[in-house]
Formats: sequence, C-alpha cells, structure tokens
Amino acid sequence: MPTAEKTLDEIITLAAAHFKVPREKLSPDDDFFKTLGIDSLQALDLLTKLENHFHVELPDYELQGVADFRTLAAKIQARL
Amino acid sequence: MKQYQGQTLSWDLKDGIIEMALHREPLNEIGSQTLEELEKFVAVLQALSREAHALIIYSTLKGGFCAGADLRQLYGWFQEFGQSEVARHAREYLQRIHAVMNALDAAPLTTIAAVHGVTFGGGFELALTCDLIVADKLARFCFPELRLGLIPSFGGIPRLKRDVGNAVVRDLLLTGRSFNTTKAQQIGLVSQVVSEGEGLRAARATASQLAKFDRITTRSAKRFIKPIPLDELRQEIDIFCELLPQPAVQAGLKKFVENTTAQPYLP
Repeated sequence: MPTAEKTLDEIITLAAAHFKVPREKLSPDDDFFKTLGIDSLQALDLLTKLENHFHVELPDYELQGVADFRTLAAKIQARL
Repeated sequence: MKQYQGQTLSWDLKDGIIEMALHREPLNEIGSQTLEELEKFVAVLQALSREAHALIIYSTLKGGFCAGADLRQLYGWFQEFGQSEVARHAREYLQRIHAVMNALDAAPLTTIAAVHGVTFGGGFELALTCDLIVADKLARFCFPELRLGLIPSFGGIPRLKRDVGNAVVRDLLLTGRSFNTTKAQQIGLVSQVVSEGEGLRAARATASQLAKFDRITTRSAKRFIKPIPLDELRQEIDIFCELLPQPAVQAGLKKFVENTTAQPYLP
C-alpha cells in the first residue's frame, strides 16, 4: 500500500495534468476550488479520475467540507 | 420529420440510425421546452421507426449528458401556484414526462444512450429508458433527489429496479451519492465503457452492427425481455406528488437555486 505522502503527491500530479496547470503551482494545503478555478462539475471529474487511478470508490458525500489536497488524500488513503 | 432542429434537442435520421442530440445549455436540464420537443419526437417515432433500426441519444454539451429536471422551473412552480396547488400541477407535468419516457422505453427499435459527464436525476432516468448505455470514463450517475427531500419522478426507480439488484437501488436512492462508470459497469448498468469523448463513436458502431439483424425478431425479443413497470411508474408519481408540498422541499430548491458557490452538484 502506498504511503500517505505518495498518495498526496499522485493526487496533486493528477490534478495538475487534468486541469493543465503547472505541478509546481499546487500545494497540499491549497483550496483546490480556488487554486484550480474549478466548479463542482469539474471536481466530480477529478474525483472520477482519482477513483480510476487508485481503483477505489469514494462516495461524493465524503467530499463535504473537503477543499484541500491533503484532506482529499487522506480520504483516498482510507480506501486503499 | 426525418430532421428536426429544436431549441433543446435535435434529431436526424440517416442510414437507418436516428441520432438525437441534446443541447440545452448549461446541462440539458429537462424543463417544459425539452418536454415539448421530446413529445414532438415521440409523435413521429413510429413513422421514423419504419426506416430506422436504432436510436442514439447523446449530448453535445461538454459538462455531461443531462443534469436532470429543471429545478429552477420546479422552484418557480411554488411561486406561481403556491404550496397547495403545486402538486396538482406537478402531477399533470409528470404524466406527460412519463408518457414520453414510456414511449422511448418501448420504442420499436434499439435505443442507445451515449453518456458522458453528469448523468444525474432526470438525465439518468432518460438513459435508463434506453436498451443500452455506452458511457465514457468520466460519466457519473446519480439520483440526487433525496438531497431535496424528493424521490426520482421521471420513472427512474422502477427502471433501475428492472436493471440492477435491489441493494444497489437502495444504496443510490438512500445515499444520493454519485458513482462512476467503473461501478456502473460492475453492477451491470452500463454495456460498454469507452475513453473520454468516444461515446458517440462507440454507439454508432453498435448501431451499425444492429442493422444486420431482422427487425421483427429484434422487436419481439425486446418486448419479451424489457417489460415496462407501469403500476410502479404510476406509484412513483403518487409518492413524488405527496412529498412535493413539504416545506423542506421548497427550502431545498430555494437553496439550490440561490447557490452561488462553486459546489451545487456536490452533496
């Protein structure tokens, strides 16, 4: 099982690639809605990408109140 | 009417395949205009079916197949008709919706929904009328109605029960959560999974294959294996109309309509 840090790193890399943003512009504690300039539909796209990448299923209600990569990574990690 | 260009949808019959494109910005929300145009389509469906063996329904909009019922219109009914009359008006509307959905469900040709992105609520219910669902990898399915104190009302519950196990129906209905194409295929809902943007192409390839089969045989097989749960569909309308006048519903709709955050589609 990957470490939490590796999971976090992969999430940020995937988000950067999906939204075509330079990787170095994203930090673990960024509000990804604001930093990426995305809405809820785009957040669902990201969720799908992450589920497919990590082979997990993450109910979207677990994203309530989640706005930073670090917290998102913890949610994914809990499903690995 | 082999071709039609409407405000919310269009169709075109060519080489035995009817392609219906949904294109109402922002996300093909199903309101009165869409209903009228679907009714126009259903009125000519039998005639079109004499020359067609397949119908593909897809969306031209980037965000997805269809986000569901037009909630702004539904909220507007509370303002227009008041709490005491809104259920009566909703019932009349739903009876028209069901007539359209039932006609699509029973269409005398093979129907394929090519979905991508948001396939929520009424959009999911529209896809469920089809014989086959082809989904791209970013499609997400959801019955979010419970978040508004409602249940699906376009025929989704009986149709989903027809296609998947009851435990799955309970999970989706009672949690209101969305799920991805991988899960959809695992539970047997989705026939094919394709790469992003490839849904229509795959649907066309499937439709071309269908042209090889005898149409009378295909129609007989479809009637045999795809019963339409009419009693449950009527019951769904009854339950929805009982729930609609609840104050929590109007409050939930108001919250959705007035939401200015980036997150209206998240629970």
